[in-house]
Amino acid sequence: MKIPNRIVALSPTLAVAASLLLAGTGAIAADKIKVGMLSTLSGPGAGLGVDIRDGFNLVLKQTGGKLGGLPAEVIVGDDQQSPEAGRQATERLLKQDKVDFMTGVVFSNIMLAVGQPIFQSRTFYISANAGPSQFAGAQCNPYFFNVAWQNDNLHEAMGKTMQDKGVRRVALLAPNYPAGKDAIVGFKRFYTGEVVLERYTPLNQLDYGAELSLMRAAKVDGVYIFLPGGLGVNFIKQFVGAGLSKDMTLYGPGFSADEDVIRAVGDSMLGMFNTSQWGHDMGNAANKRFVADFQKEYGRLPTLYASQGYDAARLIDAAVRDVKGRVEDKEAVRKALKAAHFDSVRGAFKFNSNQFPVQDYYLRVVSKDVQGRITNRTLNQVFKSHADAYVGDCKMPS
Amino acid sequence: MNGILIVEQSLNGLQFGLMLFLLAAGLTLVFGIMDMINLAHGSLYMIGAYLIATIAAASNSFWLGLLAGVAGTALIGLVLEVTVLRRLYQRDHLAQVLGTFAILLMSNETVRMIWGSQPIPLSPPLALAGPIELLPGLSYPAYRLLIIGVGLFVALLLYVLVTRTRFGMHVRAGAANREMALSMGVNVQRLFTAVFAFGAALCAIAGGMLGPLLAVQVGMGESILILAFVVIVIGGIGSIRGALIGALLVGLVDTGGRMLIPMLFGYLMSPDTAASAGPAVASILIYLLMAGVLFCKPQGLFPARG
Repeated sequence: MKIPNRIVALSPTLAVAASLLLAGTGAIAADKIKVGMLSTLSGPGAGLGVDIRDGFNLVLKQTGGKLGGLPAEVIVGDDQQSPEAGRQATERLLKQDKVDFMTGVVFSNIMLAVGQPIFQSRTFYISANAGPSQFAGAQCNPYFFNVAWQNDNLHEAMGKTMQDKGVRRVALLAPNYPAGKDAIVGFKRFYTGEVVLERYTPLNQLDYGAELSLMRAAKVDGVYIFLPGGLGVNFIKQFVGAGLSKDMTLYGPGFSADEDVIRAVGDSMLGMFNTSQWGHDMGNAANKRFVADFQKEYGRLPTLYASQGYDAARLIDAAVRDVKGRVEDKEAVRKALKAAHFDSVRGAFKFNSNQFPVQDYYLRVVSKDVQGRITNRTLNQVFKSHADAYVGDCKMPS
Repeated sequence: MNGILIVEQSLNGLQFGLMLFLLAAGLTLVFGIMDMINLAHGSLYMIGAYLIATIAAASNSFWLGLLAGVAGTALIGLVLEVTVLRRLYQRDHLAQVLGTFAILLMSNETVRMIWGSQPIPLSPPLALAGPIELLPGLSYPAYRLLIIGVGLFVALLLYVLVTRTRFGMHVRAGAANREMALSMGVNVQRLFTAVFAFGAALCAIAGGMLGPLLAVQVGMGESILILAFVVIVIGGIGSIRGALIGALLVGLVDTGGRMLIPMLFGYLMSPDTAASAGPAVASILIYLLMAGVLFCKPQGLFPARG
């Protein structure tokens, strides 16, 4: 029987339609990886977001714009440190840009606000910073991975350090938001000395005159602050300006004493102790390459935020390679992410059952290096293979 | 709680209040004389801080930056008044709010386009970066003392200007009764431009003084603008004396409250609740103050129009 002319004429169209349908079922692997980078790129916290973004993009420069062998596109959004703006940007990235992975959020209050929509859309979120206790414990989710730390960890390390150093009377200062609360809780988990003063300041407060007066009146031995980015810059300058650095020692987590703060504060910071899971002077090959390339590309030393952004990209790169580009297979991607087949710049790295890191933590001190630069020097190890305190509350199927 | 703490906190409150006064003075004159609500006042503060920071960094001199930045901002204020704001005087307050809010948004975006989204650094002069021993046991930051000094100097200058000069007389007349001043031969148009440019200069001084303490960033004018409005409402519209008293009140109450309320709450309730509730209540204290003042004196403490 002769095939009607109409059908013959239509056959190229039918062939194209058929192949499009086949492509839509996901039997073929994706041809491009889209990553939604939602971070804080304006305001006093901007330095942190910019570093995460730059660290992440550095990997793409090293791989020639590819993740896991596939061409990758990073779509950047600014949450302006507002949960509302963060939610709107997340909607856009998920619904309009249809990203395969998301990353980048700096602040935990924003992380908690944008988490649910991301998990509900079955998009994997690789956190390069925010690690709220809620997502490590009762609200853990298969789509949430944290490649940095759980919020308490760096503070736990400093609590232990100050306890071991015999610092008797301390003042604690943190901003009044989830990570601030986590910080003090974590610190007190390992510090059992006398907490004379405990203050939470609004996240937008930049003038610490009142708190400094109280510290002077309380005559404490040590001050532990968790004030990320611009907040820390202001506090340290005001702390030294008020003459308190003569009477009491300032301690902080790595967030308050990394390159961004050092650049803004300078000499006055020499001698400040801080804790971190990473230091730019770590000797492993991956780190040496990272620090050298970062300096060459951006003309500055990387902060721990940049190292976290870098590791997030390396993790995604490894996972996409492991699933051979089939990012639609969510179970396989999750398994690949959990396996973490990448060389972290901090050395040993693996995920716990709640998809948060199990890693080592170190004490650092701000000092002058051989080139006369003011920067962090990594001292001793404080914790080895340390897990977070909330993993027991996580009832996620593995 | 000891004497040194009280002295230190009072000085902090004084410092904060005097800077608020610089902003409130310009705002109350514009509102009092030109009957214009100017939401762009905070933007002049921001532009002033940015100009001062940029020039200070380029010339490596804080003082040169301060001088040049203040002059630049006064010029920008002048241009703004002549081109845009002049047309808003005749309009009702809502139109003025909308118009000046648009200027506020445009200023924020322009600053973001020129200087980027990240805060820019502004350091105090090196000689003043450390503490001075005022009393045995009390070391106070030298830079905050400078702020207090500058604030008091400007307050004195304003007092002399307003009470002892012809210009000041015209300003007071315009604030008391604009129509009468106009019919008495005051060149109102030039007076308005001069008042606005002067207000812009005051904002720039405040921006340059507070820049090293706080952050020079996009949107820095909004939070302090709200406080400035609270100050002029408490002090009375159109009155510089009211702006000074109101600013000192707000400065002392806010600073004192931020220290006392968390302490008080610490005694009354559990540390956890106190840690959350304390700062929250302390931050609304000045609005409670404003409500209280308005309850007793609806026109403010020293209204210019009696």
